[in-house]
Amino acid sequence: MASLEAASGPGARESAWSGGGSPYAVPSKKLGMWLFIVSDAITFSALLVAYAFVRVASANWPLPFEWPSILNASIMTGVLLSSSLTMVMGVRAAKLGDRGGVVGWLLATMLGGVLFDVLHIREWLGLIEEGVRLFKNPWGDPQFGAAFFTLTGLHMTHVTIGVVYLGVIAWGTSRRKYSAEDVEVSGLYWHFVDLVWMFIFPLVYLMSNKMA
Amino acid sequence: MHESSEHAHLEGTKRLFMFVWGWLLALTLIEVVLAYRQLEIKVMLALLMTLSVIKASLIISYFMHLRYERRSLALTLMPALVFVIAMMFIVFPDSIRLYLMRPK
Repeated sequence: MASLEAASGPGARESAWSGGGSPYAVPSKKLGMWLFIVSDAITFSALLVAYAFVRVASANWPLPFEWPSILNASIMTGVLLSSSLTMVMGVRAAKLGDRGGVVGWLLATMLGGVLFDVLHIREWLGLIEEGVRLFKNPWGDPQFGAAFFTLTGLHMTHVTIGVVYLGVIAWGTSRRKYSAEDVEVSGLYWHFVDLVWMFIFPLVYLMSNKMA
Repeated sequence: MHESSEHAHLEGTKRLFMFVWGWLLALTLIEVVLAYRQLEIKVMLALLMTLSVIKASLIISYFMHLRYERRSLALTLMPALVFVIAMMFIVFPDSIRLYLMRPK
């Protein structure tokens, strides 16, 4: 026991794990957002694995995406990536104490999110027009619709919630209600939504292009 | 602490963010070009997933700042995530069985 006493005695080097503080040295809100992100990442992973499961089991999986669809999805990817850049600039402005800058960058980020949603909904309507439903489609195995709409629909919901979230943060920042930390935490969420798309785009679109 | 001030200087520069953004766009472009090559589906999947994991790492490290947090945060979050995702594939052989046993 002597060694234990020595470790807690005066002059001993305090371990980050000795209690009373955050061993991660991050604010609680940030840690909370990280924990949410990990659990949400597991949700999306489950959907992607389920999609892979039905697709591998299928003998007749539809490959419906022709070049215009792939181009559309590529532009959406570029828009989302660029909105991540504006978000990171917003967080930087927040750390520098530039409230006007934060509002401007967040509005640019929200614009990216809205543009992403518009392009995506337009594509959804096109597919519905062609006869794709949750449990049937004109080309092959019926599970395609359920897999596609669930996966991209949940992602689109995240983008939409993100736009509202950033709007609240921008509003609160301009009214001096929110700190740089709140902007940074909202940034974590936004980048996560971008990150998820980095897997949906190749797996759902690129792997289903018509010539593949 | 010369080193840490240099660190703080580098972690927030616009140039670094633009650089990461440029790489993310370039890797996306490579993915799109790859998708139109005549490759075996397994090879294609492996290539696209490798590129996507690189993109995700760039986003997590620089945009989400995890590289500059204490190492313990990443070590708490990431192995658990990878482990859970790996465990999801435990049912996967059943998918291949369904494919092989499908009515001809």
